[in-house]
Amino acid sequence: MTSVWSQIEPILGRVSKPARYIGCEDGAQAPVHSPAKAAWLLLYPDAYEVGLPNQGLQILYEILNERDDALAERAYAPWVDMEHEMRGRAIPLFSVDTHTPARDFDLLAFNLSAELVYTNLLNCVDLAGVPVRAADRGPEHPLVVAGGHCTFNPEPLADFVDLFVIGDGEEPVGPISEAVRAWKAGGRTPGSRQRLLRDLASQPGVYVPSMYDVAYDGQRLVSVTPKYPDVPEKVEKQTIADLGAWPYPRRQLVPMTEVVHDRLNVEIFRGCTRGCRFCQAGMITRPVRERPAEQVRQMVSDGLARTGYDEVSLTSLSSADFSGIDSVVSGIINDPTCAGQVGVSLPSLRVDAFTVGIASEIQKVRRTGLTFAPEGGTWRMRQVINKLIREEDLYGAVDSAFSQGWRRVKLYFLTGLPTETDEDTLGIAELARNCVSVGRRHNKAVSVTASVGGFVPKPQTPFQWFGQDTPAELMRKVNLLRDATRKDRGVQMRWHDPKASLAEGIASRGDRRVGAVIEEVWRRGGTFQEWSEHFDVNLWTEAMAAHGLSIDWYVHRHRTEDELLPWAHISAGLHDDFLWQEWLDALAAAGTPDCRWTPCYDCGACTGYGIEHVVASPVPPAGGSQGTGQDLGSGGVRPPALLGAVPVTLGRRNERAQ
Amino acid sequence: MKIRVRFAKLGKIRWSSHRDVARMWERAFRREQLPLAYSEGFSPRPKVSFGLALPTGHESLAEYLDIELDATLDLELGAGAEQLDLEALPARLSAALPLGVDVLAVAPLEARAPSLQEDVTSCTWRLAAIAADGHAAVGEEEMAARVAALLAAPSAMVARSRKGVEVVDDVRPGIIDLRVLGATEAGVGEGVWLEAELGTRPRGVRPSELLGALGPDLAEAHVRRLHQWISRDGARWEPLGLGGTTAATDAPHALERAS
Ligand code: SF4
Repeated sequence: MTSVWSQIEPILGRVSKPARYIGCEDGAQAPVHSPAKAAWLLLYPDAYEVGLPNQGLQILYEILNERDDALAERAYAPWVDMEHEMRGRAIPLFSVDTHTPARDFDLLAFNLSAELVYTNLLNCVDLAGVPVRAADRGPEHPLVVAGGHCTFNPEPLADFVDLFVIGDGEEPVGPISEAVRAWKAGGRTPGSRQRLLRDLASQPGVYVPSMYDVAYDGQRLVSVTPKYPDVPEKVEKQTIADLGAWPYPRRQLVPMTEVVHDRLNVEIFRGCTRGCRFCQAGMITRPVRERPAEQVRQMVSDGLARTGYDEVSLTSLSSADFSGIDSVVSGIINDPTCAGQVGVSLPSLRVDAFTVGIASEIQKVRRTGLTFAPEGGTWRMRQVINKLIREEDLYGAVDSAFSQGWRRVKLYFLTGLPTETDEDTLGIAELARNCVSVGRRHNKAVSVTASVGGFVPKPQTPFQWFGQDTPAELMRKVNLLRDATRKDRGVQMRWHDPKASLAEGIASRGDRRVGAVIEEVWRRGGTFQEWSEHFDVNLWTEAMAAHGLSIDWYVHRHRTEDELLPWAHISAGLHDDFLWQEWLDALAAAGTPDCRWTPCYDCGACTGYGIEHVVASPVPPAGGSQGTGQDLGSGGVRPPALLGAVPVTLGRRNERAQ
Repeated sequence: MKIRVRFAKLGKIRWSSHRDVARMWERAFRREQLPLAYSEGFSPRPKVSFGLALPTGHESLAEYLDIELDATLDLELGAGAEQLDLEALPARLSAALPLGVDVLAVAPLEARAPSLQEDVTSCTWRLAAIAADGHAAVGEEEMAARVAALLAAPSAMVARSRKGVEVVDDVRPGIIDLRVLGATEAGVGEGVWLEAELGTRPRGVRPSELLGALGPDLAEAHVRRLHQWISRDGARWEPLGLGGTTAATDAPHALERAS
């Protein structure tokens, strides 16, 4: 294994932010390669400053390096200027830890957290000097592996990835390491690659797309069938039962240059059962598994002492829901060793005054802005998506924020949701305007930003059957909102490019045929599609046309219950009838409570795998209304000054459990 | 109470920026729980001031920063747990800093001492002048002739960019001293080693601009700052010599690159 550092060094003076390529992070490891160890290169297929903080990658990095039969290093997608220099001098993709060429590893394992990075995956494989199509690879090539949320529909990448790991990766990487180590020890003889993949295909949580035959009837997908009897028909996601058994990362990487989320990150729970119907992360990570509070405190104090950070983020999908979050937060703030100089941040604040109370405790000094995500503009819309935030919760939260000194509030919304009418869309403007009125009682200079994203339906959610809005329709809705808020001085509108939502829609719910489109976009130079300065929707629409695929059919069409969905052979544990019933309830604007604190309605995520919630508190957190089974009859009621009332219907969840 | 710190930046870490280095120091101070003085106001920052920025990619044996300690700390009397052992400080800080950033010396500073930015007048650089892309390398003799010509010239107009704007400037007044050290060894790139003392004001001359004045066929490599100098009233000294003195010595142990 020879380092390519001497080749890299002369070009670093020509590229932007060269520190992205040096490694040297505190916590970085320099493992010694050997024939007795399966060598993993963990790749985040986006820029270093986005990928470095990724916790999933860091967890596997440590777990693998603790094993006797494996080692792991890291790599990130080189930025376009670096790629240009590398290709010009035939420098291969390299690890940042020891600058070893990617091709010298046994596995190139990608973390996929967003669909628009798919073309970067192809680019990284190509830069590694490995054929991009799995079928063209031989025993001399590393295995290409992918994990992460996007793999719950692996099909668009089925032609490029040798194996997918579905669900939590902590456990599956063990048996994979063993098998790959044995493959390596056996000398990677001709034909051995196929045998290895066949063996791996029967490992829990592993999906090997080349072991399945796919049949179509015209546009329709007819079947996905295992080629061999020992290959499972359905691949079940893996779920760690107890987060407390995995106190990782123990040595979080501290980068030498600026990255996003540049602070200590401690995962306080995994999974979320709030049940927001648009949210793929919530649906595929059930049930809730809390980390013991004592372990959280320990990881925070050890982490701060080791890294020298002055900020810690307590991460999860909805951190205010952690049992006893207030005492954990005040424990950190008042820890004498932190001398009152440590900031705590909670990503994704829940929308209520209680949560703002916690926020005011942790942001004693810098009160710049607070962000809430009501997602829907009307109570009816929020019942459809099952984000049961009452208007009074929002106004209470905003009132509390402005009264405690914040000046700016940002509200996240989705548009293009199922059953959305113009009245629902315009409800976004009204909510934002009302929030300004609430704020003006405290301060004349308040501002409210409404950030609007075009909704992209995701696999393994109740909205997987829904036809996504066209970019023109999304733009029409954005313009409605712009017109409606033009005269409101306190309201700012921001929106996400509807064309990017289209490309995301193609990649999200595509089948294997979409692979050719991804390859074509990549071959025509479409990398870094997450970045607006590099995104080009024409690459996507032209590639769809070139391969005879209909955008309307893949993206904008409503699916029916009897349609075989491309990801049907991948299971997040959720019963098909649960998702379908949720879809019907959505159309009827009926809500579903959170099963952490109300009876189980057997979605399948626990019952199917013999696991259960790990939640310290048996009662819902103070102040949270959403989905706690309490009376939400006042959901649409506005404070006296801001009229309007709509009754609420709760779904039949509890019935189904019996 | 203020102290001045001299540190080296060598090896891979030289590709981090001036701002990156500032962040490394802030984390190191917190890890070591140094009793720093903090600014007043809503978001208190430690009172730390860095000297001249080192361009990203250049190494240095002479970087400086001044830190202000909590006023309640008394160095002479050593108030119990709050005593700060200045002699042990370089090793403590080096251990808390990344590989390649090493503290070479620390010393107390007069309260009224001018800031580094105001005080430093020139820097000594060592650099390799190698062939720019598409050009032949310039040998020792040819380079010696060019250096002599440059030093004899009354002015040297060089195009340089400042914040993206191209300006043509006379860099000659900023070239205080310049000599050829010898041919480069294998692995560096074919060319010659130069040592130059370049002024920092009114507008500092960068090593790349010096090469601009020596010819369009040259590119810089392995640039290392060896010294910063304060010149006043005909005398010249370092902001902080190695070992806390003002004598201009080199740091032989730090000459090897960390990676
Ligand atoms: S199986 Fe029951 S308790 Fe578990 S996530 Fe599903 S509904 Fe909730």
